[in-house]
Amino acid sequence: MTQLPTPDSEALRARYPLVFNRPVSARLATPVMMFGAFGIFVFGLVDLDFSPARLIPPDPGSSLPAYLVALGETLSIALLGTTIAAVFALPVSLLAAKNIVPSNIFRFPVRRLLDSIRGVDTLIWALVWINVVGLGPFAGVLAIAVSDFGAFGKLFSEAIEAADKKQVEGIRASGGNALHEIRFGLMPQVLPVIAGQVLYFIESNTRSATIIGIVGAGGIGLQLAEQIRVLEWQKVSFLILMILVAVAAIDWISGKLRFAIIGRRAVA
Amino acid sequence: MTVAVSILPEQQLAVLNEAYRRAVARKRLRLTLATAVFFAALVVASIGAEVNLRTFFTYFGNFVGYFDRIFTLENGARVWTDIGEWFWGCRKWLWMLGETILISYVGTLFGAILAFLLNFFAAENTSPAPWLRFVIRRVLEFARTVPGIVFALIFVIAFGLGPMAGVLAIAIHSTGALGKLFSEIVENADMKPVEGVRSTGASWVSCMRFAVLPQVAAGYASYALLRFEINVREASVMGFVGAGGIGQELVVAVRKFYYSDVSAILLLIVLTVFVIDIGTGWMRGRLFGKDARA
Repeated sequence: MTQLPTPDSEALRARYPLVFNRPVSARLATPVMMFGAFGIFVFGLVDLDFSPARLIPPDPGSSLPAYLVALGETLSIALLGTTIAAVFALPVSLLAAKNIVPSNIFRFPVRRLLDSIRGVDTLIWALVWINVVGLGPFAGVLAIAVSDFGAFGKLFSEAIEAADKKQVEGIRASGGNALHEIRFGLMPQVLPVIAGQVLYFIESNTRSATIIGIVGAGGIGLQLAEQIRVLEWQKVSFLILMILVAVAAIDWISGKLRFAIIGRRAVA
Repeated sequence: MTVAVSILPEQQLAVLNEAYRRAVARKRLRLTLATAVFFAALVVASIGAEVNLRTFFTYFGNFVGYFDRIFTLENGARVWTDIGEWFWGCRKWLWMLGETILISYVGTLFGAILAFLLNFFAAENTSPAPWLRFVIRRVLEFARTVPGIVFALIFVIAFGLGPMAGVLAIAIHSTGALGKLFSEIVENADMKPVEGVRSTGASWVSCMRFAVLPQVAAGYASYALLRFEINVREASVMGFVGAGGIGQELVVAVRKFYYSDVSAILLLIVLTVFVIDIGTGWMRGRLFGKDARA
């Protein structure tokens, strides 16, 4: 095998001057063209009065305090609604779990009831509750509570069905009755899972609670819908920013809490 | 056969007991504190949300009464005694329901296509550049944090009343949600095929097409079906802000107190959601085996 001679760089440079010493005009051509294209684009945006300029800067005007109150209302709605739903869903979910109620005849209606509650959107529940307790955040709390009741009932019963049977049998073997089995055999296994789910729902309900105001059930949605309707884009963008920040904050907090309750493994 | 359990001497036992008691006490204290904080938060929240139990109990009868009324026809009879009268607008409602499902379908498909185009840039292992990943991720986050109905409100103003606003709103929201899920699937994909394709001198696009896509396509389809199911529910309320679908009829019926219409439309919505739920569940089960149903 013959070895190629090492190329002599000086000789190469001399032989191909155009490759090694490109003229300035050629080297600048691409950047200049890109810059020109971008410049025309920006000019076009400005000249055509492109709309994002109307969103910027996000400006609450003089109603910042009102918005903060509305945001607080939204967070309250999410927290309360989810808690109420969880408290009521826990006993019902026991009735929907296969390992507690083996009889299909009893389980079936409970499951279908939970399914139909879930089939109706939170906004629709909000409309119904507004008819009952009047406009305002309380209707929102009840709407979230009812629609989450359906979701929790299903999730909890699945968590209960996934629980280990051995511990329940242990309680029974030591003479515990059915309630003891649930309290000491099932609950210790299920509660961390449930707590994780409840935290996740508080987080996702912060998102849903931002919209139920659109039908008049309190919270920041009312302000948002109003500002969109009167085309106050600066206020709209400010409100959306507020929602984004609030959701991110709740995300972060509940992530930490979930980590504290169930450990890293189950966080994902 | 009995084995005597040896009991430790008093002193050792006392120390161990003490340690145990302290550990339990600390745990209890922490639990009590957490509960107290939680209850304090609840109280603050209930003040913020103007919870009024008196109102609730005074008007709870209304809730039961409301359901009583929505199941009563105008002539005072129960709705199921005269199905024809109850579902008098069946033809129109079914048409609207069809529109709702179509809004959901088209929106989901749009969203899935956009998410598909974006997710490779958002995934940790396939993104060509970190800054690009950062930007795309923030965009997706924005798209899924802002609720679909807010987009619908904006699009209704931009494009006028009608289902197009609903489709766009659902498309954007689905892009955000699916983009995240898709990129998570890609992050779980095996990278060896990518290396294999890469080593043949393939471009980034070919790597994605021939190494990543075959691994993740099934997961994509499964999530897209799940999203479709969720979007049907969401599309059913798009009409509240005038963005098409059955929600329009429902909100009119609720606001104008056409009680029996409310129950009829609600029933139709619940049934549709059931059917779609079961249908997509079955389809996912058939397509991807049992474990893809979760």
